[in-house]
Amino acid sequence: MTKSIYLDYSATTPVKKEVLDAMIPYFTELYGNPSSLYTIGQESKNAIAAAREQVAALIGAQPAEVYFTSSGTEADNWAVIEGAMWKRKQGRHVITTQIEHHALLHSGAYLEKEGFEVTYLPVDPDGFVRVADLKAALRPETTVVSIMFANNEIGTIEPIAELVQAVREAQEGFGTKILFHTDAVQALGNVHIDVKALGVDMLSISGHKIYGPKGIGALYIRKGVNLPEHMHGGGQEAKRRAGTENLTGIVGFGKAAELSRENLETHIEQLTKLRNYFIDRVREKIADIRINGSLESRLPGNANITFKYIEGEAILLLLDMKGIAVSTGSACSSASLTPSHVLTAIGVPVEEIHGSIRFTVGDFTTKEDLDYVVEALIEVVAKLRNISSVSAESGF
Amino acid sequence: MALYNDKVIDLLTNPHNVGDIESPDGEGTYGSPVCGDMMKISIKVDENDVITDAKFRTFGCGSAIASSSIATDMIIGKTVDEALKITNKDVLDELGGLPAIKIHCSVLADHAIKSAIYDYAQKHGKTYSGLEGFDPNADDEDTNHGCDMELHLPKSLSEIK
Repeated sequence: MTKSIYLDYSATTPVKKEVLDAMIPYFTELYGNPSSLYTIGQESKNAIAAAREQVAALIGAQPAEVYFTSSGTEADNWAVIEGAMWKRKQGRHVITTQIEHHALLHSGAYLEKEGFEVTYLPVDPDGFVRVADLKAALRPETTVVSIMFANNEIGTIEPIAELVQAVREAQEGFGTKILFHTDAVQALGNVHIDVKALGVDMLSISGHKIYGPKGIGALYIRKGVNLPEHMHGGGQEAKRRAGTENLTGIVGFGKAAELSRENLETHIEQLTKLRNYFIDRVREKIADIRINGSLESRLPGNANITFKYIEGEAILLLLDMKGIAVSTGSACSSASLTPSHVLTAIGVPVEEIHGSIRFTVGDFTTKEDLDYVVEALIEVVAKLRNISSVSAESGF
Repeated sequence: MALYNDKVIDLLTNPHNVGDIESPDGEGTYGSPVCGDMMKISIKVDENDVITDAKFRTFGCGSAIASSSIATDMIIGKTVDEALKITNKDVLDELGGLPAIKIHCSVLADHAIKSAIYDYAQKHGKTYSGLEGFDPNADDEDTNHGCDMELHLPKSLSEIK
C-alpha cells in the first residue's frame, strides 16, 4: 500500500466535501448568469450575495466591502498597482517588505519600471517587520504600504494593527492619506482577522488555502476607499471588477469561509498541537537541524526546518517516494535557481537555505501521519548525509 | 514521478560508488555548498593508467547525486585518457536526459572527474592532453556552472528575478 501524506497545506488545500457539495448544483442546474433577470439568473445572484456574506463574516467586513477576484495574486496586483497609480499625484513612493509573496514583489517591480520608488523593508531574524523601520521609511510621497499578514514560508504573523497605527500617525503629520494593504492569503482561516480592528484599507484573500476551490480570491476594500476598478466591462462586482462571476468558485469560497469561521478555534488549537508535536519529534530524533522563523506569533500549521549538510530538493524527492508531499526553499527547486528570499531576509546562511523544508499541517493531518513522516525523515536525512560531501565534522 | 526519468530516480534512491577511497591516487572537489552542490570524487589508478575504482560524495540535489553516481560508473574501467574525454553531454545522455533547468548539475560531474585526475597527474608527475588548460581552482563564469548566490534580497527592480 502506498502512503499518501500531504504536508503542504500552505501551497493549497483539498476541497472539503461540504464545499464541493455546495458547489455542484451551480455547475449543471443553477448555472444562470447572475446578471440575467430570469429565475435561474437571480438564483445565481442570490447565491453570490450569500457567499459574499459568508466571506465578509470571516474577516469582520461588510459584504459590500468584499470584491471577488480570480486569486489572491489578482487581489494583490489590484490593490497595490491600482492604488499606487490612483494616488500618483500625491506621490510615487510605495513601501512593502523583503519577505512578501511574489505577487507583491513583482507588483513592486512593475511599479519601479513605471517610475515609482519602492522600499522593501527588512525583517528581524525572527521574521518580523520592525515598526521603527516602517516609521523611518514613511514619507509625504508615500501612497501605499503593503505588508503581508502572515508569511507563506516561515509562517510569521506580522503586527499589522501596530503597523497600521504607525502609518496613520505618520499620515496625520504629513497631511496625506496612505493606503494600507495586507496580503492575508496565508492568514485567512488560520488567524482571527477583523479588518475593522486592524484598520487596514485593503486585504487580499484566496479560497484554495481554506479548503475551497482554486481560481477564486477576493479583495476587501474598506468602505470609503475609492480604489479604481481594474477590469472594465459588464459592471459586475459593483462596477469595480468586471467579468461574469466565477459562480461555482464563489459559492465554494463562501462555504469554505463559513466552515472556517465555525471551526477556527478548533482548527488553530489542533494544528498548533500537531505542528509542535512534529517539531519536538524532529528535534529529538535528528541532529544538526535549525528551525527557521519565530515559533511565537506563527501560523499554527507551519514548520520550516533546515537539515544541515544536505540539500532540500533531494530530501523532497526521497520523501515523495515515500508518499510525503512537502516543499523546499532550496535554489535547486525554484524556477529561477535562486534560494528563498524569505530565508535570506531572516539571515539563514545560503548553504542552510538549500537544506530547508517547509512542512505545513492541515485539517486532515493526523498524529500517526506525523509519526510516519518523522520515521521517513530519519531515514532520508541519514541516507543523504551519508552521500554528502559535507558533514558536521567538516562543516560547510 | 514526472520531474525526472526513472533512471535518475533510481540512481538517487540507490546511488552507486558512494564513499571515499582510502589512500586514493587522485582526489578532486568541485562546487560549493553555497551554490547548492559540491561533489568530491576519489580514484584509484593502476599501472596501466586504468581507473580501477572511483567513489563520490555529493552535497546537492537529486540530479547532482544521480550525475555523480553515473559519472563514477562511467570512468571505472576506463583509461585516464578515455575518462578525460567524458563530457557533460555524455553524462547527460547516460542519464537519459534531465529537465532543462537541471542540466547545470551534470556539469559538476565532468569537472569533478577532471579535478581528481588533475590531482593524480600532479602527484604522479604525469601529463595528459585532456587536462590542457584545465585549472581546478579557476573561478570564472564557465566553471561555477552559473552559480550566482549572492544575497537575493529585493532592494530594487534589477534584483528581483
